[in-house]
Order: sequence, then C-alpha cells, then structure tokens
Amino acid sequence: MNTLYKRLLGGKSGLTNLVVLAVLLLLVLPLSLDIFRLNLVGKYLTFAFVALGLVLLWGKAGVLSLGQGVFFGLGGYCMAMFLKLEASDPVSTKIQSTPGIPDFMDWNQFTHLPAFWVPFRHLPFSLCAVIALPVLVAGVVGFAMFRRRVGGVYFAIITQALALLLSLGIDGNQGYTGGRNGITDLRTLWGWDIRSNSAQYTLYFATCALLIMLIMAGQWLLSGKMGKLLNAMRDREDRVRFSGYDVSAIKVFIFCLAAGLSGLGGALFVLQVGFISPSLVGIIPSIEMVIFAAVGGRSSLYGAVYGALVVNTAKSLFSESLPQLWLFLMGGLFIAVVVLFPNGLAGAWELGKRKAGPLLEKIKSRRRILLPDAPLVSAFEQEKS
Amino acid sequence: MWNGIGRSRRKHLVNNPTKTIPMSQYSASELWSIFIMQGFSGLSLFSVLLLMALGLAIIFGQMGVVNLAHGEFMALGAYVVYLCSEVVHNHFPALVPFYFIIAIVIAFFTAALVGLLVEWSLIRFLYRRPLDTLLATWGLSLIMQQTFRSVFGAREVTPALPEWLMGSFKPTDSIDIPINGVFVMGLTLCLTAAVWLFMYRSRIGLHMRATVQNRVMSGAVGINTQWVDRFTFCLGCGIAGVAGAAFTTIGSTGPDSGSRYIVDTFLVVVFGGTTSLMGTIASAFGIAQGQSISGFFLEGTMGKVAILLTIIIVLMIRPKGLFASKLRS
Repeated sequence: MNTLYKRLLGGKSGLTNLVVLAVLLLLVLPLSLDIFRLNLVGKYLTFAFVALGLVLLWGKAGVLSLGQGVFFGLGGYCMAMFLKLEASDPVSTKIQSTPGIPDFMDWNQFTHLPAFWVPFRHLPFSLCAVIALPVLVAGVVGFAMFRRRVGGVYFAIITQALALLLSLGIDGNQGYTGGRNGITDLRTLWGWDIRSNSAQYTLYFATCALLIMLIMAGQWLLSGKMGKLLNAMRDREDRVRFSGYDVSAIKVFIFCLAAGLSGLGGALFVLQVGFISPSLVGIIPSIEMVIFAAVGGRSSLYGAVYGALVVNTAKSLFSESLPQLWLFLMGGLFIAVVVLFPNGLAGAWELGKRKAGPLLEKIKSRRRILLPDAPLVSAFEQEKS
Repeated sequence: MWNGIGRSRRKHLVNNPTKTIPMSQYSASELWSIFIMQGFSGLSLFSVLLLMALGLAIIFGQMGVVNLAHGEFMALGAYVVYLCSEVVHNHFPALVPFYFIIAIVIAFFTAALVGLLVEWSLIRFLYRRPLDTLLATWGLSLIMQQTFRSVFGAREVTPALPEWLMGSFKPTDSIDIPINGVFVMGLTLCLTAAVWLFMYRSRIGLHMRATVQNRVMSGAVGINTQWVDRFTFCLGCGIAGVAGAAFTTIGSTGPDSGSRYIVDTFLVVVFGGTTSLMGTIASAFGIAQGQSISGFFLEGTMGKVAILLTIIIVLMIRPKGLFASKLRS
C-alpha cells in the first residue's frame, strides 16, 4: 500500500498536486464556466495530452521532437475518418452524385471510397488506429533514427520535416483527406450526438478523467527504474550505454509512448471540437505544443497540464483583444522560458515553496514563543474576582 | 513556360490541368526546349536554395547554432531593399538606375548589424544548449515577423525593380530565359566564391575554422573566440540579408515570407553535411533539380512531398548528411 502511495500518487506532494488538479478540473471549472468556455477548456486539455508526452520525451529523456503535431493529427484524422463515414451514410448524402461517400470526395468526382478509408467504418478498428497508427509511425521513425544515434538538433529538424511532409501531403490531396479544409461536419459517434450540450459535458469529464489517469500512470512509470534510466540518459547518455542498457530501445519506447498520448489527444480534440485540418498537423502547431510543455515546466507532469491551459487561455484572451501584441508576447514567452525560466511554472512553484518554507517555520516558531507568555487567567476573569 | 509548346498542347493543358501529357506525345524539339527551361528553372531554384543555405551553413555548420529566425533575416534584407527603393524613388530620382546594387550592400550590413544585436543579447547565453537555441530563435522569429507586420503592414510589398532586370533572353524562339533568374544565379556564384575565398584564404577565415575545430586551443593560441563567434554569426546573417535582397527580384515579400523557406534551408544544410561547404552546394543542387523535375511530372505539392520524403529517408540512412567529414566531437 505504501509503495502504491509513493509510486502511483507520488508521495505527499504528488497527492496534493493530484487533488488540486482534480478539484480544479472536475469541480471549479465546470461550476464556474458556461458550456462554451468549458468546451474550450476541454480543447486545451487535449493539447495537454501532447504536452504530457513531451514532458516524458523531452523533459525526462532529453529528446526534443518538433513534430508531435504529426501524431496528434494522425490520431485525430483516424477518429475523424470514422465520424465522417458515419455522417456520410447513403440516406443523408442522397443529394450527392455518389451517395454514401464523404462530401469532399464527391466534389473531387470520386465514385467509390478509397481503399484505406474502408476499415474506418468500424469503431473498434478506428479506436485501435487512433493509438496504433501514431505508435507505428513513431516506432519506424524512432527506430531508424535512434539506432543510428541521431539525436539533439538533427532529430528535431527531421521531425520538423516530417510535420511539413504530412501537412503538405494532406493539403495536396483534397479527394483523399479533405485537403486544406480538413474533415468537417461531424455529427454522431455510433449514434450518440457529439454536438449536444450533454455530450460536451460528458466528453469534458472523460477527457479530464483520462488525463488524470495518464498522469498517475506516468508518475508510476517515472518512479521506478525507468525514471532513473531516463534521467541518466538525458544527462550522460554514453555512460548509460556503457553500463549495458540499450539506449536506442528506451528512446524508441518513450517516443512511441509520447506519440500514442498525442494520438489520443488528437482523437479527443476531434470529438470535442468537431473537425480536424492540416493546420493542426504542421510545423507551427508542433512547436506550439513544445511551448506548452516548456511553460509548464518541462520535467513536470502536472506542469504539462497547467502550461497547456495557461498558454492557450492567454492566446485566446490576447488574440481577441490585442492581436498585434499577441505574437510579440508569444515570441517573448519562448525566449523568456528558455533563457530565464527553464523550469517554467513548476520551477516557479518549487521556488515559491522553498522560499515559503522557512517563512512558515518562522511564523510557527513565533506562535510557540508567544503562547507560554500568555496569562493563565484572562484579564476579564481577573477583574471579576 | 508555355512559349515553346504548341497551341493544341497548351489548350489541352489549360483545359485539363490535372492530366499531364505523357512524354512520348511531345515532339523532339519541344522536349528539348522543355528540358532546357526546366533545367534552367532547376538551376534558378538551386541558386535560391544555395543563397539561403549559405548563411545557415556558416552559422549552423560552423557554430552549431540553430537559428530558426534565419528566414526572418532574409525577409529583413528584402524589406531593406524595399525601403531603399521607396526612398530613392521619392527623394532621389536621379539615382534610380543604380540604387539596386547599393541597396543589396545596405541589406547586407543591416542584416549583419541586427545579427550582431541578436547575438549579443540572446545567442551568446545559449551556446552550449542547442535545443534551447532552437526554441529561443523560434520566439525571435515570431517577434521579427510581428515587427514586420506592424511596420510594413500585412500585405506583400515589392521594390520597384530597375529596367535592366526585367524581361528575358530569347536565344531561340522556343527558349525563354528570364533575366532576373540569371541575375540571381550570378549573384549566388559571386557570393559563394567570395565566401569560399574568405573562409579558406583569409586570416579571419582561418580563425573561424580554428575556433570551430578546437575552441580551447584557438583560445590558447590567442584568437579571441568570443569575437570570432560574434563575427561568424553576423556574417551568416548578412548573407541571409543578401539572399533576401536577391529574392525581391523573383517574388514579393510579406511578413511571413521568411518562414516559408526555413525548413527547406535547414534540410539543404543538414542533407549536405553541416560542416562542409561543398556538401551544401551539392545538396542544394540535388534538391533543386529533384524538386524541379518531380514538380513537372507529379502534380503541385506532391512533387515537393516526394522530395521531402526522399530527403528524410536518406537522412535516416545517413544522418550526418552526404558529405559529412569525420570530426572528433
């Protein structure tokens, strides 16, 4: 039981963090925000999945990937393809020249569904593909790269190239993928209308629950041998290699894990927001996902969630009111987080706790000194007697 | 590009833009003209890529600093030329025929100065942390983009190009070679030669190469490595400025023009092997010709996708690039 407490919940501080996050996400936000803004928060939380993967990959293992948008997009597109096929049944598409296929295929004069779309008619396959496809791609890329000891900057640039490749590939093939507009007009998930308010509440709570469970799972992973190995790999990779560990296999594992998390985030994004497009797959969103992790504190799992929430909220607020200022702020945020606050919000929190600790002790010890001097009988009672 | 092709073929291509004509249906002279013009546009693309990659090869290859704001320095050069064009046309009309070359020189020095500022205020704290430089320079690129947008507006601008850059050569009836393409190629050649001479035949170039190969010993021998770093960065940024200035002849400039080229530039540098200038030249050539040829036979963006895929696969097989020299790291 003690091990469970320490490993799954992260000890006393981990438990506090967990409780605070749970209360915030499951009580405070749903009660204080209307459904529209809660849906926005749900969208930000799907980015937190990607940030979580990045904390494991970058903060803990030291591998920076600037192409997480690829996996987010792959997961999202798998889910979107299933939802689109469901929304394109022959009855609702009877005005098309070829009923039964999605509208963008009809616009491109397709007469039948392309082969790779057909398996996405089935929900179990789609659900598996949401996780399996990003993991597969990550496995292939990771294996090819890490076996050859490609790391650091080269790896980051190649992941950027991958993001560009996928976004261009999707963009240029409107018939197969919906092109630049993406896949839109999604309505029901196996008969359940995902656009209704009750569905949005359900999806929000499901996202929160999944996120919290995954954080605990990440905590459990990091508290064991894997956590130590990742730390060691980040700091002195050659020593880990000389000690006999297969560094490339560990890196591939973490890369696939991060990819799976991002894919899951993508699928939840599609369910909550109702569409997906190449604008969530390319270079710019991928780098933004890195900044979510960086602002929250790149080695803190809870930081990933807070970072995603804070940056996205700031983005919405500022681009509504001061659009000219927003890019300056975002650029400044990148620079500040890298140069001044490498440990992000989590680092600030730790600093605050460290500074607050001696202060609290001083207050406590003052009370202990004051109390013995207090009179045994109060002044009022002395007067009376 | 349509000039060498017969009218019926042109009509077919205009009416059916997605149906490419198989090679066998062209006549021999049409094929020849097409290959010459495609080859030339490939060479033109080669010079563009090489101009962009040269500055980055110096910064990334020599210093290991990943400057994601490199595209913005190019845009800066372009905007400087635009500014010069506005000033000259409004205040010194007599200088109009000569201003372009002077504008390019001014662009070089402006970009180098901004590079100096950036290096002094930001980059020099991040030399040992390449991944952090990546993120910080991305932030810098966002700031620069927004500055351009606020100062010059979100619309694209073009400087007024001088007379001698307009029009095209027509060596035969069916071959049409634009003069600005020749200008860019000429500029690239001169710049590459100048950079090579500078790096391999001058004292400062010697210091630069020494600092890259063995920083500690260079310092011990008396080279001021801090100033060499600063200088290298400024040189790279200055070359980016000249590249941007040259691009005004072939396209208009907007606030986000820089970000359009940055990934290609990095791929060119990484593909060729970051430490080798020859590698950069070879990879720019290969990528440009590959893109040009595949862009003709595949449609639109798929040509670029095919080339990107090839580059990524080659990089997976040979991660250090084609011409990587074996350095003791």
